[in-house]
Amino acid sequence: MAIRPEVVADVKSICASVKNEPSPLMIVLSTVQKKYGYIPLELQEVISAEMGIPVAEIYGVVTFYSFFSLEPKGKYVVGICLGTACYVKNSQAVIDKFQTLLGVKEGETTPDGLFTVEAVRCMGACALAPAMSVNGKVYSKVTPNDVDKIIAEYKSLEA
Amino acid sequence: MEKINVKIEGRVYSVDKNMTVLEAARSVGFNIPTLCYWNHGKNSLASCRVCLVEIRTARGGRLFASCVYPVADIPAEKGFEVLISSPMATAARKASVELLLSNHSKDCQTCVKNGQCELLEVAKVTGAEDNRFLGEKTPTTYDDVAPGIIRDTSKCILCGRCIERCKEAQGIGILGFERRGFKTIVAPAANRSFAKVPCLQCGQCINVCPTGALSEKREITKVDAAMAAGKKVIVQVAPAVRAALAEEFGYKIGELNATGKMVAALHRLGFYRVFDVNFGADLTIMEEATELLHRIKNKGVLPQITSCSPGWINYMEYFYSDLIPNVSTCKSPHEMQGAITKSYFAKKHDLDPKDLFVVSVMPCTAKKYEAKRPQNAAVEHLPDVDAVITTRELAAMIKRAGILFRELPEEEFDDDLLGEYTGAGVIFGVTGGVMEAALRTAYHALTGKEYGPIEFHEVRGFKSVRDAEIDIDGTKVKVAVASGMAEAHVLLDEIRAGKSPYAFIEIMCCPGGCINGGGQPFVKPSLKPEEGADILETYRQKRADILYGIDERKTIRQSHNNPDIKRLYEDFLGEPCSELSEELLHTSYVSDRPCFPED
Amino acid sequence: MERITSKEVLSTCIDKYTKEFEGKIKGEGGKRAIVVCGGTGCLANDSAAIQEELEKLIKEHGLQDKVTINHVGCFGFCSQGPFVKIFPEDTLYRGVTVKDCKQIVEDDLLGGKICENLLYVDPTTHEKVVRQDDINFYKKQVRVALHGCSLINPDLLEESLGLDGFKALKKVLTEMTPQQVIDEVIASGLRGRGGGGFPTGRKWQFAANVQADQKYVVCNGDEGDPGAFMDRSILEGNPFQVIEGMMIAGYAYGASEGYFYVRAEYPIAVERLQHAIKDMEEAGLLGDNILGTGFSFRAHLRLGAGAFVCGEETALLNSIEGKRGMPRPRPPFPAIKGLWGKPTCVNNVETLATVPYILRVGAAEFAKMGTEGSKGTKVFALGGKINNVGLVEVPMGTTLRTLIYEIGGGIPGGKAFKAIQTGGPSGGCLTEKDLDTPIDYDTLVARGSMMGSGGAIVMDEDNCMVDVAHFYMDFICSESCGKCSPCRIGTKRLYEMLTDVVEGRGTEKTLSDMKELANVIKAGSLCALGQTAANPILSTMNSFPEEYAAHVNEKKCPAHVCKGLMQYLIDPAKCMGCTLCARNCPVSCIAAGTEPVTVRPLPNKFVHVIDQSKCIKCGTCMSNCHFGAIHKD
Repeated sequence: MAIRPEVVADVKSICASVKNEPSPLMIVLSTVQKKYGYIPLELQEVISAEMGIPVAEIYGVVTFYSFFSLEPKGKYVVGICLGTACYVKNSQAVIDKFQTLLGVKEGETTPDGLFTVEAVRCMGACALAPAMSVNGKVYSKVTPNDVDKIIAEYKSLEA
Repeated sequence: MEKINVKIEGRVYSVDKNMTVLEAARSVGFNIPTLCYWNHGKNSLASCRVCLVEIRTARGGRLFASCVYPVADIPAEKGFEVLISSPMATAARKASVELLLSNHSKDCQTCVKNGQCELLEVAKVTGAEDNRFLGEKTPTTYDDVAPGIIRDTSKCILCGRCIERCKEAQGIGILGFERRGFKTIVAPAANRSFAKVPCLQCGQCINVCPTGALSEKREITKVDAAMAAGKKVIVQVAPAVRAALAEEFGYKIGELNATGKMVAALHRLGFYRVFDVNFGADLTIMEEATELLHRIKNKGVLPQITSCSPGWINYMEYFYSDLIPNVSTCKSPHEMQGAITKSYFAKKHDLDPKDLFVVSVMPCTAKKYEAKRPQNAAVEHLPDVDAVITTRELAAMIKRAGILFRELPEEEFDDDLLGEYTGAGVIFGVTGGVMEAALRTAYHALTGKEYGPIEFHEVRGFKSVRDAEIDIDGTKVKVAVASGMAEAHVLLDEIRAGKSPYAFIEIMCCPGGCINGGGQPFVKPSLKPEEGADILETYRQKRADILYGIDERKTIRQSHNNPDIKRLYEDFLGEPCSELSEELLHTSYVSDRPCFPED
Repeated sequence: MERITSKEVLSTCIDKYTKEFEGKIKGEGGKRAIVVCGGTGCLANDSAAIQEELEKLIKEHGLQDKVTINHVGCFGFCSQGPFVKIFPEDTLYRGVTVKDCKQIVEDDLLGGKICENLLYVDPTTHEKVVRQDDINFYKKQVRVALHGCSLINPDLLEESLGLDGFKALKKVLTEMTPQQVIDEVIASGLRGRGGGGFPTGRKWQFAANVQADQKYVVCNGDEGDPGAFMDRSILEGNPFQVIEGMMIAGYAYGASEGYFYVRAEYPIAVERLQHAIKDMEEAGLLGDNILGTGFSFRAHLRLGAGAFVCGEETALLNSIEGKRGMPRPRPPFPAIKGLWGKPTCVNNVETLATVPYILRVGAAEFAKMGTEGSKGTKVFALGGKINNVGLVEVPMGTTLRTLIYEIGGGIPGGKAFKAIQTGGPSGGCLTEKDLDTPIDYDTLVARGSMMGSGGAIVMDEDNCMVDVAHFYMDFICSESCGKCSPCRIGTKRLYEMLTDVVEGRGTEKTLSDMKELANVIKAGSLCALGQTAANPILSTMNSFPEEYAAHVNEKKCPAHVCKGLMQYLIDPAKCMGCTLCARNCPVSCIAAGTEPVTVRPLPNKFVHVIDQSKCIKCGTCMSNCHFGAIHKD
């Protein structure tokens, strides 16, 4: 995949902006992830050249942390909390339902690029268990029966 | 050195205070198995948990990795005791190995590391039981696309030695850990093939791999096929091979100059001719020294940099291709010799070069790619060299043929046009050798007389970067020698910045030069405890001493005095850097190469 | 905000803002103050919109001069949120929605009448409670680390100064030597609140003893324990207090740089912390020559990126250094050789939040709380099957019974208490027999669990303990960094064995193999994550052997949780043949059978039957059945 030149330039400027920080790789990766939704190998090569860190090392860091993604995520990122408090209140069933209805596994994106289903480790919203979020909007006390509605809510935005 | 008392298995020993528990134990006569530990802790991730010992106080015992635990923290006076053989420690080491085995390929019988596998060794030592733990294995990758190195992650135990080695030797960090947990693998970024990343193919990673996860791409079957097809298979052996081959047959490192036995073995393997690449080395000196003098005389681009090391050439083409004008256009010795074999030798014997098959035995994995370069096919577009096998592969062929190496007599290389060689050619195998050989000949060319002491000790040694000012009859020439790209690049940066004070630079990719090449026998302290604890500091010197010894004993020690070389120029080439020499013996380089071009 | 350049200016500021803050709480000048919970839980339930609505209504009614409104940090009682509290009456409204705002403004603010319907109702006495302090959930709590949370506006340095902020720093910088500070913290008996419980003062002493050109303080806010959110709430509720604690640590052992490492999953905490650092820099409370004392300190913020193992201190340091978060072997300990090889103390958020209190009131006063070996208070995140889900801070030594029943309000739905998991994936479960144990670091370890960061998840009879252990093993496996072999491969093997058990393939031998391997992992792993990875298995095997036995011997899951060992059945005596279950079954494995319904005979209605070979055990049928005809077996 070719990366647009303005993106390359931007990533370079991100690298330059943290030059005075000690060991700023994580800051750069977090910024790129946040801004572009993923950190493809091509951008890692750019970061590697800018920061003088072997790309194998950068790739190692990117694939170590679950926040960093090598592929673009769906337009709507569905995060279902699998923290203990949610798990004991059956959030697994909510994930299962999403997987069945969307036809993707955890961590995958639907072929139309609309939804990514993710299991998240504790959103810290334990009182709302089972909790989940779509692009940051939190849904509380979700049951498998609510899943249809939630999917429909976002599909209707696309219609 | 400050001492400290450490209690190990019930007895108190006085040991150096800065030692680890592992070092202390080894110094007083205990061996603790290790895997991820390498070279006095240069790589100690403490991750394999094979060196666990129990460290006990009055409050009880806990397990620690002995390879990193400082004895300074556990003085006997404070009640600490190290237990190597307590039930807890013994069971833990065994379990660590068993767990590693449960995620490891089980084709030990056919594995390239059969007999030299450190995992099998620790399995034996710890008494590990196979199949104690069973289960899913980490998804694996088998990469045999690159010309010189095969990566098989099914055998990787994630010790990380190769990662460190690549960084330490070449400074490029091709390999890294990726993903996490049970899915972790060691790979070039994005688990790409070595062929798709700027890997030098130097094979230093292979040398430190404890298992068969990294190995050279073998070309023995190519040699077999050529023999079976009735080709005249000519073998030529690099200087460094003789310095280490004997190690594969139970000799201690540095114990035996293997030249005679090696030649005898090659004769018994049925090669049509057995030649020494030292001849090619002498030829290289003639060409390279002449090229240098031309550059100096004609105010050409300086410094001139040697081109014998294909790992360095790979590095240069990836990262410093702007320095192509500085790099000598000379082919490396075995390529020159291959081209001469397929031209001069073939012509003299009235042979069709198509019927010749040239095999190089090299200490090197990068040579496998060099031989495939389209620029190295001088005669009728035939490759100058048809197959490259490493020192280790040669040993495998000798063993396969049932040849009893230790029983072999000493035999001479075939004296047939390309037979003679000089001491200058031999020392090519060690860092500084090409420089020294070139200086001997350049001195003669400039002054018309031989350099009295013969040897230029200024350029010897194992420091990664060395320089010297050589006085050639009043003319001062500044030269530099470097090995290992991690350090050598500073010389290149100087050139780039226009600040290089040197006229001539020798660069070898592998630290220490070819004697430490990626195709040489393994130096594994854990498999060869009789070599001594300091073997990793001394093995390069021991191998180098063999080569310097051969040089010393030679009567002819300057390339320009090699009679076969003289005859070659008289009968065939004319003079160094002649038109024919350029055609056969010189090559060209590629800017910003896209890693390894598809076959 | 003025620049605070000396002790005298600070004293003046503290006096001024304390007066202001107290005035606000007491309603001086007839003014009333509203605070709205701005913790993550309440924000997720629209508390930001509630605040906006209140602001709008206040303006509409022309009350701007009589009523102030701002957000505060977490109230802790998350299951009852969102909260709106009104001073000086101290009226606490719970479960507020945007629609309720009108009533609050019109009835309470204008009419002076309490909105009864928004008050907390005690579940046992059914009485309505007006004031926060009268609610059982709060009665037994002592807020030390949570000091200021739900009281001050976490985005205003002035409010922090108004409520004890920087009094400790002033005292430390102007009246105490670094060694006196360390001695005071040692004397307080404070132990690290992040998990291990190592004495904080001793850790500082180690770092103080090392000569180095640079030292660092690192605040561990990588709260990875799923089900724990105390660090998040503290940072959201009173970030100043944590920074103050960090600065005191820096002064104590000679560090001038501090790093906060906070989970990226906590955007609000990150934002408020960033804001607090900036305000303090502008006020001169961070930077060079603080208060003119010659002490310099800078605070930096680094974000985690989703790796549980980074809660382990050496992994965290690697992460700050831009590397994979793989733990380093210890020794050397970070206090000797830590961040970038320099002496570094890694302290948990709650630990640092507690430090100012100790220096403010004195070690002796602090040590009055707690038990012999564990002083002070501890914040717990109560969650799972418990009525009052939320954050509670209690003195060490409080019993589980108090925690679960008095503060937590017991188990919902009249279900039976089964276990409480403390210490998260590294901890273990405690049962009925442990309810009266005073909880501290040592008693929890003695009972096969640990304090951990303070997560406390309650489980009832509907939870299968084997399944819970399986959940934790899954978690550990996917969070193992992959560095050392016992953890990387061992936890995978353990997970596989446990999977055999929950799916009905396990045998007695599987159980004994599991125990053996669990002990191997525990003894041989490199870091605390691996060394404690098997705790959930070992502790549940210990406390619930009969549940494991049922799984392997009878191939039954007594709690009907493990899908491989349970089935959904339709009771012919209750089925109405309404087809609702069949229509909702995602895999169409339910159909009308041949038996006519008997409960109320209707023509052409047949009892439905589940094809067990196709059933995926999703439970959709059961939740859809109006007649309670479907049950688990």
